[in-house]
Amino acid sequence: MLFISQLINGLQLGSIYALVALGYSMVYGIIMLLNFAHGDIIMVGGYIAMLIITAGINPAVAVVAAIVGCAVLAMVIEKIAYKPLRSAPRISLLITAIGVSMLLQNLAQLVFSANARPFPSTNIINAANLQLGSVQISVSAIVTIAVSVISMILLTLLVQKTRMGKAMRAVSEDMGAAQLMGINVDRTVSFTFAVGSVLAGIGSVLYCCRYPVLTPTMGSLLGLKAFVAAVLGGIGSIPGAMIGGFAIGLAEVFVTSIGLSEWTDGIVFAILIVVLLFRPTGFMGRSMSEKV
Amino acid sequence: MSKMVPIPSPGMLPERDADKAPILEVRRLGIDFGGLTAVDDFNLTIGRTEIDGLIGPNGAGKTTVFNLLTKVYQPTRGTILLDGKDTAGMNTQQINRAGIARTFQNIRLFRNLTVEENVLIGLHHEMDYRSVSALLRLPDYWRAERIAKNRAAELLSIFDMQDLRYAQAGSLPYGAQRRLEIVRALATNPSLLLLDEPAAGMNPSETAELMENIRKIRDTFEIAIMLIEHDMNLVMGICEGIAVLNYGRIIARGTPDEISHNPAVIEAYLGKKDGEPNA
Repeated sequence: MLFISQLINGLQLGSIYALVALGYSMVYGIIMLLNFAHGDIIMVGGYIAMLIITAGINPAVAVVAAIVGCAVLAMVIEKIAYKPLRSAPRISLLITAIGVSMLLQNLAQLVFSANARPFPSTNIINAANLQLGSVQISVSAIVTIAVSVISMILLTLLVQKTRMGKAMRAVSEDMGAAQLMGINVDRTVSFTFAVGSVLAGIGSVLYCCRYPVLTPTMGSLLGLKAFVAAVLGGIGSIPGAMIGGFAIGLAEVFVTSIGLSEWTDGIVFAILIVVLLFRPTGFMGRSMSEKV
Repeated sequence: MSKMVPIPSPGMLPERDADKAPILEVRRLGIDFGGLTAVDDFNLTIGRTEIDGLIGPNGAGKTTVFNLLTKVYQPTRGTILLDGKDTAGMNTQQINRAGIARTFQNIRLFRNLTVEENVLIGLHHEMDYRSVSALLRLPDYWRAERIAKNRAAELLSIFDMQDLRYAQAGSLPYGAQRRLEIVRALATNPSLLLLDEPAAGMNPSETAELMENIRKIRDTFEIAIMLIEHDMNLVMGICEGIAVLNYGRIIARGTPDEISHNPAVIEAYLGKKDGEPNA
């Protein structure tokens, strides 16, 4: 019975990692950038939601504002920091992403101070745990899993079935050819950042409901773990990011439940090392052969 | 095939196009890469429904000319008029929307997408619905999707490929991939189609079929086609005008018959005969 509640716990955490990992993977798929500022966008989303709720405004507004705020922030970052480097070596982009990450963390520290702030999670999901026989199930876990799964289904439809989704897949395969077929690459890249960050915004609220503490650096470990999930699934692959996210979440919860809670972060990064050693393309990754 | 006639501006056009403004006029086009001049003083006029060939030895700059016309490279000098409009300052996407589509010497399909999706990418701009409509499955989504899919099937049927529409593009045999690239380019509704070595790697019977299809495309869509090709049977068989490029410059321009007897062309391809004095 403990197993079932742990399983649901793991799926809850995993679905959050999956949402965040999707943003990493989509951006990598389209411009080959590991956007290390992605985790910090989540942190910003958390603060936006907190400010609006503590101002006494309807929590639904706070959720929408966090999501929209994340999307707009990501599009602005793309336009200002990444777009001018589109044809620069990839290492310059990577360093820029790390710089943006530090900028966001330090700005948050200036504005909100380095002290942890409580996140008013009960304003968003407020329900007692369900008791099913001897199994106790947290409602917030069920909500988190449901919201994440619905978001992922919508994302899959968006990517597979829509005009913009086809453009995204075309740009990610061959940016030059897509452009010569009349695809507006700038708009497609910007749209990809926005979609990835909408997922991050949703993930941000869900994460804060599970761990209701905000700090300016909260995004970095979450971001890194989601990055591991993306690599595990095969970076650039959308189903890969989902599978990787759930795998990492479950791994973390089970490591904790067998009494090795101080090892959880270590285990996650050990998984990264093992994947990089034995299967660098991850579960669903494309082959790494370089285009010439 | 109509006879080539001179026109007021420098250049020649097929007789049937002579009373219409040319689709493409290139004047003194050139590009330097660092100190190296890859293409220089390139002049060309192409009629509305002309099939034109660009030939020359390896490394002569033929693909560079295509890359200049499609703005993959920005020209160092010269003007390109597409349908009378100056294309200066346009990017590749805008050029495509203005009416130039192309294929690639080394096939650049979206290999992980289906055959149909590759064509739909070309039709991108003809499908106007918003992503919101698509997610909510509103009627305008279904209508636009249906129209686009019918159009894709129609285009694929030119090459008898409509039954392959759900196959992954990368899994097609080589010849079919080349044909799909042409279909994808046609989907963008061009008025000038650039084909970069369309017959490369094809056997003689496939090449003969391709020639037929290139003519058919020209006749059906009434567009101009410019092709780079090494297969002289194809070039001499379907091109009305031919430009010969060597070291980045046009060394001859004329009908297939004129080109095949031009001494400068023979020299560029075969070298000078021994014992002949240098000109």
